[in-house]
Amino acid sequence: MKNEIQFICNDREIKTDLHPATTILDFLRKNLQLTGTKEGCREGDCGACTVLVGELDKNEVNYKSMNSCLLPLALLHGKHLVTIEGINQKELNPLQNAFVDEGATQCGFCTPGFLMSLTGYFLSNDTFSVESAINSLDGNICRCTGYASIKRAVETVTNEIKLSGTSSTTETLVSLNILPDYFLMIQKRLAEIKPFINQRANDVLISGGTDLFVQQWEKLLSSDVQFLQRDESTLAIWIEGTNCFVDAQTTISEIKSSAILKKYFLQLEDYFQYFGSLPIRNRATVGGNIINASPIGDMTNFLLALDAQLHLKEKNNERVVPLKNFYTGYKQYDKKENEILSSVSFPLPKKHFHFNYEKVSKRTFLDIASVNTSIYLEEENLQINELHLSAGGVAPYPLYLYKTIDFLHNKNISPQVIKEAAEIIQTEISPISDARGSAEYKRLLLRQLFFAHFIKLFPKIISLEEVV
Amino acid sequence: MKYYDMTRHVRGESLFADDLLVPEGTLFASVFSSSIAHGKILSLDFLDAEKLAGVKKIITAKDIPGQNQIGGIIQDEPLLAESEVHFCGQPIAVVIAETQLLAREVKTKINIQYEELPPVTDAREAYAKGMLIIPPRIFSNGNVGEAWKQCDVIVDGTVETGAQEHLYLETQGAIAFPTEGNGIKIISSTQGPTATQRAACKVLGLPMHQVEVDVMRLGGGFGGKEDQANAWAALAAVSAFVTKKPVKLILPRQEDMRMTGKRHPYSIDYKIGLTKEGKILAYEVTFFQNAGAAADLSTPILDRTLFHATNSYYVPNVKAIGLCCRTNLPPNTAFRGFGGPQAMFAMEAAIYKAADKMGIEVSIIQEKNLLKEEDEFHYGQLAENSKAQTCWNEAKEKFDPGQIKNNIEKFNAENKSVKKGFAFMPICFGISFTNTFMNQASSLVHIYSDGSVGVSTAAVEMGQGVNEKIRLVAAEIFSIDKSKIKIETTNTTRVANTSPTAASSAADLNGKATELACKNLFKRLISFVKNEFNYSPQDKIDFRNENVFCNDEAIGLTWAELIQKAFFKRVNLSAHAHYAVPGIYFDKEKNKGNAFSYYSFGTAVIQVTVDCLRGTYVVDSVKAVHDFGKSFANVIDRGQAEGAIMQGIGWMTMEEIIYNSDGKLLTDALSTYKVPDIHSAPKEIEIHFLENSDNPLGIFNSKAIGEPPLMYGIGTFFALQNAMKAFRPEGEFQFSAPLTPEKVLLGLYKE
Repeated sequence: MKNEIQFICNDREIKTDLHPATTILDFLRKNLQLTGTKEGCREGDCGACTVLVGELDKNEVNYKSMNSCLLPLALLHGKHLVTIEGINQKELNPLQNAFVDEGATQCGFCTPGFLMSLTGYFLSNDTFSVESAINSLDGNICRCTGYASIKRAVETVTNEIKLSGTSSTTETLVSLNILPDYFLMIQKRLAEIKPFINQRANDVLISGGTDLFVQQWEKLLSSDVQFLQRDESTLAIWIEGTNCFVDAQTTISEIKSSAILKKYFLQLEDYFQYFGSLPIRNRATVGGNIINASPIGDMTNFLLALDAQLHLKEKNNERVVPLKNFYTGYKQYDKKENEILSSVSFPLPKKHFHFNYEKVSKRTFLDIASVNTSIYLEEENLQINELHLSAGGVAPYPLYLYKTIDFLHNKNISPQVIKEAAEIIQTEISPISDARGSAEYKRLLLRQLFFAHFIKLFPKIISLEEVV
Repeated sequence: MKYYDMTRHVRGESLFADDLLVPEGTLFASVFSSSIAHGKILSLDFLDAEKLAGVKKIITAKDIPGQNQIGGIIQDEPLLAESEVHFCGQPIAVVIAETQLLAREVKTKINIQYEELPPVTDAREAYAKGMLIIPPRIFSNGNVGEAWKQCDVIVDGTVETGAQEHLYLETQGAIAFPTEGNGIKIISSTQGPTATQRAACKVLGLPMHQVEVDVMRLGGGFGGKEDQANAWAALAAVSAFVTKKPVKLILPRQEDMRMTGKRHPYSIDYKIGLTKEGKILAYEVTFFQNAGAAADLSTPILDRTLFHATNSYYVPNVKAIGLCCRTNLPPNTAFRGFGGPQAMFAMEAAIYKAADKMGIEVSIIQEKNLLKEEDEFHYGQLAENSKAQTCWNEAKEKFDPGQIKNNIEKFNAENKSVKKGFAFMPICFGISFTNTFMNQASSLVHIYSDGSVGVSTAAVEMGQGVNEKIRLVAAEIFSIDKSKIKIETTNTTRVANTSPTAASSAADLNGKATELACKNLFKRLISFVKNEFNYSPQDKIDFRNENVFCNDEAIGLTWAELIQKAFFKRVNLSAHAHYAVPGIYFDKEKNKGNAFSYYSFGTAVIQVTVDCLRGTYVVDSVKAVHDFGKSFANVIDRGQAEGAIMQGIGWMTMEEIIYNSDGKLLTDALSTYKVPDIHSAPKEIEIHFLENSDNPLGIFNSKAIGEPPLMYGIGTFFALQNAMKAFRPEGEFQFSAPLTPEKVLLGLYKE
């Protein structure tokens, strides 16, 4: 039996037996000659290639924006791929009109990407605001307009579009001419596509692939690849006893909007808005972030401060490794070749806990941290009972600050203690100078962010003037 | 009234070079470049890679049929390195294969051995070693030496400005097609079709009529494709010439970033002298320009630095020295502002330092020295139609800086770890190519027999809206609907000997040429109407909304009917016109003359907030009063101003190009080189069009807009330092741009 990948691109059925690691960007531009999707950087950092991917979920199709340069063909099976050509109608739609009226397009190269992100925003939200609409453009770079006209265009359309309670989002958007009417049939058409059976040998296992496709897209085209995807019948995030479990294939977007996690971390959405961009968060996974082993991984940093455990599976055997002991060197870790990271767990925060996450990068959004750090702290009358503290960008791998944690254990929080702890941090880090900053800067920055934890969590006890 | 190009952009239907369907059999080229910044090539071995299935050829300097030279102004730039390499990323060979992927893959199989030589990456080091591309350039007036004696206050210091990557969203690229008779047609993403044509002709050894260059549109240029599009077009041309097949060469982003030049980094020494009231009497400044490994456009860029040494101020005694230093970096090149921004940054830094020493407000010095009507620049031209003071005064009136200052002081008193700051930024920018001969353009206008119109000019559309402006010019003169007018691709066979689309002047030059061509046709049609319908010479014929009028009455003839009649009566319905900017000249020996057709002015007020705990910051607002002349395309002009400001802010804040000491670029991807995103745009941006401004020298009385507003971004640097000072009043901050979060934090805390 021929192993074909089958999906719908815009209004058209697609069947292909091309290599499953072929990027959607190349497939669109070279095979389908749909050139409205542009190649700007091929690393998910510009958004010129943004497309929407619709996935059948019960009776609905859920759309997400993704960078087509990092999106392999294999993952599209049974899905709806939407490009700028797929939202075009005879006349300009209201979003396109607003962009033209405000001059929100100059050279035009980034424009299809912006419009796809914005269309994705209206397709995937129930309520709209100018601010959140603008946030949905955090993965799109424009070098011409300075964004002012784009913001004006977004403001105009966001204020115009109101969903009615009675019809579905898709129906409403079709009635407003934002989407062509073929969208109404997509759900039915997707339901008819049979599941794909992966018959290839396993060579390279790929999770979200948002870094792998940046670094090795050419190599992947000549490798046997298998894409890890969460079994749709299983949960992404669940609680067992006093532990919270996260499936390794959970995306950052799922983490960011998790009702379970938000109960404990009120500022969760704020923390993870600094992780990549929306299209990246829609693809990048918790497991991928951990196994990628980047010294500045944002998810790893967060999980280290929750004292997370990794559940590694090999056939029916499971091994549990504390995340803080997992890394052994730059991109090196305690995982056997055939082991797969299946899930991550961490003890649920106790009643009186404090948590904070800090990240500074050259550009605040869609940038890799110069330094990031997370803290989990339990105290009673300011005496520290339990503490976990992580730091990224200051060592060859995401660091769990053992010595500092030891020092602070059972101590009373005071400016003097915090200052002393900041000195200890300096002894357990070894930053290097690179494009994200000099070693000197990273040392200073971690000190400041460590202070920031306490200034934010204990504003009455710790202030900036008292610690510097 | 929709802008034509924009309606296609939003549908993804605008075609860029890489979007074109290429003929069956088209080959793909990939450039193999130097991995070291300086050295001798000892051996270059393809290890049978050329014999691999699907590989057509690997081209080296030996395969170039003409001269291996693409230097435009100074002949110092080989297309492909021969025995030596002078920068990391210098092209050495081109792999031509049946697929893009294969062409790229084959590069990894090439074996090259170098003898490494020590690289020079710093302009001052290059100067010390005598590595100047041209002798020092000096612009001066008055007598600086004498003037110091009259000064109450003298300060001096050093200023650094960083490189800036253009980051046009569309990377460099070209497609070359062999044509019959051994010619070549090139579709290129270039700002200068004629320069690209010349470069291709030189390397192919062909006369210019054998090489055609066609440009549809660019996905951004910003100066980066003025001179530096030539190499890729020439390489594609040589590849097509040698293989006799169409060849497509599109640079992947990382190669584009590694191989092409940036805005020049400058290191600058200044000395400024003032009276105790704050009147500037003398300014001496030396610019060490890091030109990179070849001259490229460095020499005219250096000249513009010298022209703009005093920004928007009148200084009676000036000595400005420009040193064009050859280093082992990729040849730096044009970038929006063309050397002007570096000069203005230095001048502002000097004023800030002086104000600091004198203990007075910076704005007092700024305001006191703004150019008045007929003040003389140090190169002898008078500031005519000066709007420096008008813009400043209007900015003061509209934005109430007194109130801003009070609010900031109050905020800073109440907040310990977050501080606000602000700055004024006045600008003055000269409009014209400073190479006088380049200030010419031509336009070819066809009226087709159905009344539709095609216009070809030298202007290249790259997002700045020049095509729309030209369309408006033709529509206005013929009084027909814009939809009847098509702006054609920029093509060297239709419009020859063009100047590049640069210096903010394309709309002026090509708009004026189009105006002339349309007026010629208009006159022809009027006399045809008079003859045809037996009107007298005194009758007033004109066109209104596609109808012919005589003495203010419609004569019952539409534009389309008129054109058809004229065609059958054998009226020439095509016109070509040439425009040369009047009244400009410059003596390059004495460095005196009227280099510019006119000046653009404005004043901005920038406000920022700095998180002094983390060293991060936001730009709260940029408000400007800008002199657009009489804008006839407000949406375009506003967009140019807003976009330029953002690019200026990027240059001053987060955009940091880092080469290591070996001359290797560390920030060679969008993950490491950060340009502003939607969240780093100013929270508020307010552009006021200066009222009652006029400019007979610009098209339809407008003023050029591409470059000048970029320099408002410079104010961001000083606004940030203003906020930093509020946190650390005793701090002595370096004038070193960009002011990244790293430099802010180190500035706030470092002992």
